[in-house]
Amino acid sequence: MKRADRHRMAFGALARTPLRTAMLLLATAIGVAAVLVLTALGEAARLYIAGEFQSLGTDLLVVMPGRTETTGAGAGMMSGATPRDITLDDARALLRSAAIETVAPVVVGESSVSVGSLERDVTIMGTTASYATIRHWTMASGEFLPDVDMERESPVCVIGSTIGRELFRGEPPVGRWLRVGDRRCRVAGLLAKQGVSVMVDVDTVVMIPVAMAQSLFNSAGLFRVLVQARSRDAMPAAKRFVLATFRARHHGEEDVTVVTQDAVLKTFDGILGALTLALAGIAAVSLLVAGVLIMNVMLVAVSQRTQEIGLLKALGARRSQVLALFLTEALYLALLGALAGVLLGFAGIWLLGGLYPDFTFRPPVWAVAGAVAISMACGMLFGILPARRAARLDPVAALARR
Amino acid sequence: MSPQLRSSPTPDGAAILRLERLSRSFAVGDQLVHALDGVDLDIAAGEYISLMGPSGSGKSTLLNILGLLDRPTSGEYWLAGEQTSTMSDDRLADTRQRAIGFVFQFFHLIHRMTAVENVELPLMLAGVPMAERRSRAREVLRRMGLEARIDHRSNQLSGGERQRVAIARAVVMQPRILLADEPTGNLDSVSGGEVVRIVEALHDEGLTLIVVTHDQAIGSRAHRRLLMRDGKIVQDLSG
Ligand SMILES: Nc1ncnc2c1ncn2[C@@H]1O[C@H](COP(=O)(O)OP(=O)(O)O)[C@@H](O)[C@H]1O
Ligand SMILES: [Mg+2]
Repeated sequence: MKRADRHRMAFGALARTPLRTAMLLLATAIGVAAVLVLTALGEAARLYIAGEFQSLGTDLLVVMPGRTETTGAGAGMMSGATPRDITLDDARALLRSAAIETVAPVVVGESSVSVGSLERDVTIMGTTASYATIRHWTMASGEFLPDVDMERESPVCVIGSTIGRELFRGEPPVGRWLRVGDRRCRVAGLLAKQGVSVMVDVDTVVMIPVAMAQSLFNSAGLFRVLVQARSRDAMPAAKRFVLATFRARHHGEEDVTVVTQDAVLKTFDGILGALTLALAGIAAVSLLVAGVLIMNVMLVAVSQRTQEIGLLKALGARRSQVLALFLTEALYLALLGALAGVLLGFAGIWLLGGLYPDFTFRPPVWAVAGAVAISMACGMLFGILPARRAARLDPVAALARR
Repeated sequence: MSPQLRSSPTPDGAAILRLERLSRSFAVGDQLVHALDGVDLDIAAGEYISLMGPSGSGKSTLLNILGLLDRPTSGEYWLAGEQTSTMSDDRLADTRQRAIGFVFQFFHLIHRMTAVENVELPLMLAGVPMAERRSRAREVLRRMGLEARIDHRSNQLSGGERQRVAIARAVVMQPRILLADEPTGNLDSVSGGEVVRIVEALHDEGLTLIVVTHDQAIGSRAHRRLLMRDGKIVQDLSG
């Protein structure tokens, strides 16, 4: 039997039962599309987080109060009680290393801010001029916090774009006065729109000098110290210096945690990669279901066509020919189903992209290839049983069935 | 025509089919039904044989074994000198394809296919290219008087036409043996007469012909008439 004839026979048999064929194609297509859409979702989350951390720079160390055994995303981030505060003097001491370019102390709190009768509760961040350098922030107008000594409480502030819009109602805010808690400060600059960055909505933040924040919140301790190394290669030296400095200043106790963005990123990457895999696994189950469906329908097809198989065998068809014929049918179903699934999946992803334009939805290549491969394998695997049953039928017994 | 068949040495020179103590039994429930019970038979190339007997006497079982559609429980069957019990599954399939044509009482055409496509089936299974098999199938159908029906689907044909398509399919590979199991059993006497004329014409060209029938008139036309009862051949008349 020529290959073209086999394909024509298989295709003819599928075309003869259009409803059944359509249902099977749909089942496979949904499985494949599910793999694509779910992995695209997982990847979008991973890429988004990765992008967030990349924007921080890979030459950044974050120093947090408190000692934690593990490093990575969870460490220190939720540290509560601290054995000893990190002070501004500690932060300044870090500048003595040749491996360290600059440091930015950070204090975070909540406070009400007001202009005239307009008032809002916002996140206040106390820091220094270095912070904008480290974060690569740009200004919409005016300047960032002045580059003065950390201890100085200059009455200036920098506001996020949403704050600027809501409190100043479209008037240029630079040079205007703003009340922060029980203090007043002059608006030195308006941040360009940043959006959500590392889970913080920068656009609704008011930034003030770190010393002012300390007295506003009445705390000597820092929330974080961002340390920028001279280069990526200087990272280990910078980290060693940070730890040694704190040990020396805190009576031999290493009571801080130093996290590199690389480590945080790796942890997130790992978590989200696992998430994508889990989603792919869930979707693959639906592919398996489609495979079982194909098998059952093929078994029904074999028993419905027992007479035809008996006839083919009576006319001299070898076992291998009947086997190939039914496998070709199963493979056609799987292949066409996978193709339809890829189209359906990309349509779904395109739709998601329209709904959430901030995210990049793209299924990983391995997911597309894997989904198609799995559906083909399922088609083959689940096609083999009915095909073998057909091939082994005894011609006379098959013909006698009516 | 198959070269193996022509060159094979036959035990007594002439017999194309030879059965020795051939039995076939079926397990029905916990009982054994002996459909064939120690049949001995020699058939020479070119014979025209009718096989008659009451219903259930084993005619179809015998014909199915001769056509390699079924295997005996015991005994031996030589086809053109080759012992069939030792044939592999593939060899059996190839022999069915090349050496034997089989015509069924219920035609067994594939309805979704046209007359010519049905006739092409054995050629397709044998790997004959499209153009060649189309012309060969058309030629055989023309000889059956069906040129006007070539592109009709089988469910658009009358019973007699269907059986003629089935005969065309059985002989399109040019076998040496044609086996017909009650080929006129489902036809009126006019269509039945036509079918008989066609298979006799094929016999005249050298085909070995075995016809199972209930019809005394048809059975008596054969040169050799076998009568079966209870799985045995009880009468073997020639001339
Ligand atoms: N597949 C089968 N299973 C069980 N019994 C069968 C089978 N085929 C035939 N028989 C039995 O074998 C006997 C001969 O059947 P068959 O050859 O069809 O008779 P005939 O064709 O002469 O009418 C019958 O008793 C029949 O019931
Ligand atoms: Mg019968």
